[in-house]
Amino acid sequence: MEQRAVIESQVRVRAKKKRRLNRRKLTINSVLTVLGILTIYTLATIVPAHFKVIEAVNEFMGNLKIMFLSPNVGNDTFSKLLSALGQSIYLAGLTTIAGAFGGFVMALLSANNLAPRWLSQIMKSLMASIRAIPTILWVLIYSVSLGLGADAAVIGLTFHSVAYLAKVFANSIEELPQDTIEALKVGGIGILPIIAQAVIPTVKSRLLSWTFIRFEINFANAVVVGAAAGAGGIGYQLYMASSFYFDFHEVGMIIYLILAFTFGLELVSRRLRAKFIEA
Amino acid sequence: MNQSAHQFFRHRNYRLLLLITEIVVLYLAAAALTGFNSSAWLATDKGIIWLAQNFIPNANSLQYMPDILAQLWQTFLIAVAAASCAAVIAVVLGMLGAQNVGLSKWKVGWLIRGFASVMRNIPIVAWAMILLFSFKQNELTGFLALLFMNIGFLTRAFLETFEDFDVKKMEAIQTTGATYTTSVVQAMLPETAVPLIEWLLYMIENNIRDATLVGLLTGTGIGFIFDLYFKSLQYGAAGMVVVSIAVLVIFLEISSNRIGRLIR
Repeated sequence: MEQRAVIESQVRVRAKKKRRLNRRKLTINSVLTVLGILTIYTLATIVPAHFKVIEAVNEFMGNLKIMFLSPNVGNDTFSKLLSALGQSIYLAGLTTIAGAFGGFVMALLSANNLAPRWLSQIMKSLMASIRAIPTILWVLIYSVSLGLGADAAVIGLTFHSVAYLAKVFANSIEELPQDTIEALKVGGIGILPIIAQAVIPTVKSRLLSWTFIRFEINFANAVVVGAAAGAGGIGYQLYMASSFYFDFHEVGMIIYLILAFTFGLELVSRRLRAKFIEA
Repeated sequence: MNQSAHQFFRHRNYRLLLLITEIVVLYLAAAALTGFNSSAWLATDKGIIWLAQNFIPNANSLQYMPDILAQLWQTFLIAVAAASCAAVIAVVLGMLGAQNVGLSKWKVGWLIRGFASVMRNIPIVAWAMILLFSFKQNELTGFLALLFMNIGFLTRAFLETFEDFDVKKMEAIQTTGATYTTSVVQAMLPETAVPLIEWLLYMIENNIRDATLVGLLTGTGIGFIFDLYFKSLQYGAAGMVVVSIAVLVIFLEISSNRIGRLIR
């Protein structure tokens, strides 16, 4: 009798597992089918009529060759380009520091093991909506109320950093067992000492390496903002060289400078990630 | 004992103070070097208030809705197509580059990693500007700019996913007489399908945001009409564009979370 019950439950477990696997397969297949159809439709309609693709590709290849094989400083000087690169790095650094500070506060308010449920839900939705608006639009919005320049760029970039870091910080904080925090709360310890003595020491290294990852993203954003919102830096030089002077030699030089910096960052970031996030 | 505890806390406070000082100095230095005026933080609310006053879509801006939706759809299509094409390329490159999959006898791993890194680290602005020069002002330019960046990003992500895969499972299938290709299709791809799809969905979502930027620079799609309305001071319409982008991104985020839950 008992044996039969065991067998029946095993059969049920197997059937459940099979259903789950089937559902998984079905979902994967339908996602891939939908994406495939959309892609084929887009590819079929994307090339404009009478567009000479081969000529364009040849020209593009020619430009790439100019860029990568014969870079030079063009109308600017090397030191000017370096200082422009520096500007973008400072912008990235500034917005990362401000973003980490704001993001940490927001993360405390949105981690569901620290904040009350209603607050955590509100904060998470708020952060998600800030993240949904592209960084460049934040910068443009602020450039109307503050004027074009560093102020608008810093505040616009910080907005997105805060929302991004709030999410990843909150995820890290939420990995702390609820029981630990409950126990401390029951012990009569206030929320601030809990944060200072339990939360920060535990998640410190993770937060640092996420902040570093955000620094990489912010550097890319700083370049973008320089080009698309006139906020200066290497992005502005890139924009001028490519769409005003049509000097692909200079574009090449600027890209090499950017690559040199980002490769350095990537090396550091890989070490940090291996040490703190994946371990 | 008491003394040492006292010392311990004093030492820790001292280190904390040092860290805070370092951060403040870094902040001040960066602010001075970029010419940022810290009092601008106080104007953060002004931006939001201004945004609320000017950008709230009104009845008047509803008439722009058909145009905006058409451009949004086009942007969505390009985001999907760029990410999907890049994913196909990245699966191949990832398999060639992954050290554990067995194609490594060619020793191309470092080459593929380097290639992915270059593609990813060239700013999308640069891709857009260079492509704009040869491919002119049309959607193909935006598609290619996103494609190049996505190839770099996804190749690295896929390659790392494949390297996490335990090749013993493939070897087990091969000992039953299956060919190498069969073992890839039957063992590796199904096992890694979930993370690969998650990366792909993330890429699509990210592409919508980047497409806005590329559109601003190349004069196509949703970015272009935002620029158009924004520069002609039609803030209501521009606000409509912002809201519709945000809605699309949030919708994609929710759907990819849901898909993620279904395939786990």
